[in-house]
Amino acid sequence: MLGRLTWDAIPKDPVTLGAAVGIVFGGLAFVIGMTYFKKWKWLWQNWLTSLDPKKIGVMYIAVAVVMLLRGLADAGMLRAQQAIFATSAHSPISPELFQQVFSAHGTIMIFFVAMGVMFGLINLIVPLQIGARDVAFPLLNSISFWLFAVGMVLINLSLVVGEFSAAGWLGYPPLSGLEYSPGTGIDYWIWSLQIAGVGSLLSGVNFLVTIFTMRRKGMSLMKMPVFVWSVVASMLLVVAAFPILTATLAMLSLDRTLGMHFFTSDFGGNPMMYVNLIWAWGHPEVYILILPAFGIFSEIVPVFSRKRLFGYKSMVFALMAISFLSFAVWLHHFFTMGAGANVNAFFGIMTMVIAIPTGVKVFNWIFTMYRGRIRFTTPMVWFIGFAVTFTIGGVTGVLLAVPGIDFQMHNSLFLVAHFHNMIIGGVLFGFFAGIAYWFPKFAGFRLHEGLGKAAAWSWIIGFMVAFLPLYALGFMGAARRLDSYDPSLGWQGLFIVAGIGVLIILLGTLLLVAQVGYSIWKRKELACGPDPWDGRTLEWSTSTPIAEYNFATLDQVTHRDEYWELKQAHKKASTAYSDIHLPKNSGYGVYIAAAAFVFGFAVIWHIWWLALIAIVVLIGLAIASTLRTDTERTISADEVAATEKRLRGAHV
Amino acid sequence: MTGRRKKQLTPLRVILGAILLLGIAVLGFSLLLHGKEIAVLNPQGIIAKQQKDLMLFTLLLSVIVVIPVFTMLGLFAWKYRATNENAAYTPDADGNKWLELLWWGIPILIIGILSVVTWVSTHQLDPQKRMATSGGDSIKVQVVALQWKWLFIYPDYGVASVNELRMPVGVPVNFDITADAPMSAFWIPNLGTQVYAMNGMSAKLSLQADKAGNYRGTNTNINGEGYAGMHFMAVAVPKDSFEQWAARTAKENDADDRHMDWSAYEELAKPSKDNPVAHWHLHDVNLYSKIIQKYMPSSHSSTDTTDESHDHGEER
Repeated sequence: MLGRLTWDAIPKDPVTLGAAVGIVFGGLAFVIGMTYFKKWKWLWQNWLTSLDPKKIGVMYIAVAVVMLLRGLADAGMLRAQQAIFATSAHSPISPELFQQVFSAHGTIMIFFVAMGVMFGLINLIVPLQIGARDVAFPLLNSISFWLFAVGMVLINLSLVVGEFSAAGWLGYPPLSGLEYSPGTGIDYWIWSLQIAGVGSLLSGVNFLVTIFTMRRKGMSLMKMPVFVWSVVASMLLVVAAFPILTATLAMLSLDRTLGMHFFTSDFGGNPMMYVNLIWAWGHPEVYILILPAFGIFSEIVPVFSRKRLFGYKSMVFALMAISFLSFAVWLHHFFTMGAGANVNAFFGIMTMVIAIPTGVKVFNWIFTMYRGRIRFTTPMVWFIGFAVTFTIGGVTGVLLAVPGIDFQMHNSLFLVAHFHNMIIGGVLFGFFAGIAYWFPKFAGFRLHEGLGKAAAWSWIIGFMVAFLPLYALGFMGAARRLDSYDPSLGWQGLFIVAGIGVLIILLGTLLLVAQVGYSIWKRKELACGPDPWDGRTLEWSTSTPIAEYNFATLDQVTHRDEYWELKQAHKKASTAYSDIHLPKNSGYGVYIAAAAFVFGFAVIWHIWWLALIAIVVLIGLAIASTLRTDTERTISADEVAATEKRLRGAHV
Repeated sequence: MTGRRKKQLTPLRVILGAILLLGIAVLGFSLLLHGKEIAVLNPQGIIAKQQKDLMLFTLLLSVIVVIPVFTMLGLFAWKYRATNENAAYTPDADGNKWLELLWWGIPILIIGILSVVTWVSTHQLDPQKRMATSGGDSIKVQVVALQWKWLFIYPDYGVASVNELRMPVGVPVNFDITADAPMSAFWIPNLGTQVYAMNGMSAKLSLQADKAGNYRGTNTNINGEGYAGMHFMAVAVPKDSFEQWAARTAKENDADDRHMDWSAYEELAKPSKDNPVAHWHLHDVNLYSKIIQKYMPSSHSSTDTTDESHDHGEER
């Protein structure tokens, strides 16, 4: 009746059990609190069923921030183990748990933190920057978010019922095959990524169509803000790469659930094919995350230098070149798998070629500062931190791109240090900068600058202290993912320093949380108008708080930095209001994702009857969602005029 | 936010601060690294030496780009700060053809040079290339990654060992590497190049130790619970003492009835953690090919195919 779901699925390990109890009580506290304050209806109507990309964006970021805390807790456990317990026989973290923790850390940080913040920012900013009122497919957007959210719930459920995968964040077979991992951990991993991955793919389609069809009149492609270009580049990669992930995970799950042999070592299966396929998705994935970060800095640097972006065309060309090249480098993740010298050399060289457009971008940012008037606000501090860390990561990346060097450094802590250099120093710093930059636009008050800068510096310094020792450890021959090592090797000192670095990063995170909390508390003093940074692009031209329709009128765009030019010419938006049509709320996103969740859970536990019901319901809901007729509501011109007067009146 | 004056930052203070921080970092690192083995930077074999030189060369080339980046970043950030009213300000400047050509051009040039170096060095360091001394001398070792130990087979010497790789100094060792476990990786940092060990496939690798010594070898690819304990010692000894050791080990273990054949292998292959060093007399010289054959769909093909047919080279 319940497949392989029995009481044995409850974790026994004290650490996991503690986390499970925490999750259950946290969930209960939330439900009780919401019920006590009678907030369910408000939550359902204003947030959960909303098709407003501004609200969906906020929900993405909220989920991602919670997951960031989990990912950081995992990182703390890994560092504690390697700094303190690895040389002793009695560790609270068993090897099995340690392997689950690093698998969880990687999976959660990439899929549910980085992807979440990225889609959050895209939802918040892209429609505003292109001067649109909505996205192309509002309901699909909500479905995407909810698939992401239930993927997140599913992977965290593995803490409470079952186990986490112990096969690393990419789950190479044969280790992730049935023979070596018979438990549910790999299945949880597969199905939460499948569900979240479909959401990402749908979002990719949605934003490409939005950008290509819904730009404000007059905004030709070469007048789009660079952040929008970076989203184009990134979403092209999403659309091209995520189907590979879906297919690969589908084949792995067929191996595991139906006894097929795509990736097994025997019966003609080939695990090397999995490694190729997962990286054919995995490498573009890295660029999916970093390109929007590039886009964010391309917005921030001009605004805080009070100057136009240097080399717009170069920047756009570089973005598209990186996007294209990122599909021709995947083999550099496994030079040591035994491909011939010609193949290895080709992929090594292609990898280095990516350094060229990336380097050009760095030079263009720096020359945007040249002869500018630079204000060192929090976003700019993140930029400086990014420019330094990312350049260091670029150098170690070029080293690893040479197969002869990679033969030595592959799978060592040098590699771990390198990709954290790119993902923390590049992606995460970029997203933090973006949040600091756009927060006042949505909140109506600034984030406290002092706390923000303290947080940024803590992250930058913490990063250096945490990861530079790992480069040294790589040179000393330390492999990645070790839960124990011989104390006579003399590695412990460096691991302790790295652990201190993580503590500094945790301090930085606390400061970020404190910054948001303090700024909300002092929101009256920190209150600001709709354009606090003297911005250049259209998002700063709306009122704050932003009306649900974003723009009351859709005036023609004539310049790249449209809003800056309007301000220079002292022009105001037109007041010729007309009726505005917006999508009505819809619960289908929640329903469809819930069905997907039940389906995933049922397949993981082999509860076949439930899986069948869930998939039938899922398909039925998907069809029903397309049959809706009454999907729009109208805001009359008079209402628009009244709203504009109310919102603008406060600040203009 | 509101006119709270901070302590004035001057370029001198910033540079002094940076030097101080750098000094602390260098001092800290040297203290932590003092007397420790930094294997990759302390190569003991010809392959690892070439790789170290390659790394230093690449690093040097990259620095050509990094130095101007850091210098300009610091300089511009300082000079064009908003409070410096005297600095030039060109709000509408949005590019410069020649400057942009410069920073498309120089990286293209550097990557061009590096590409040539990459092409040549990748062929030079191709792990599939077999090495031999000028006299044609080399020895053959078959490596099997197991959960969670390393089995070394010396087919020409009638010896098998676990977690100890004895090798002659100055003589290339030609490895054939496979796994009877989830994908693993074979790495001796002092000697160079690692390769993956995979079921049903045989990877080639040639290494050589130039000096006698004990070099730590390790697995770098997670293959289950006992992964972290899966390391071994490569013991490089002079050629004649290697030969003596091999003859003695074969003979003594033969006398003790410690024979490595299929049944002994099956016992050994069961998952076990932190195995001590052990030796056997190699009874079944085809053991290695049989381990690979385990994963073949049918077993009618000839047994001695390890060298050619199952290499996971370009043809896969």
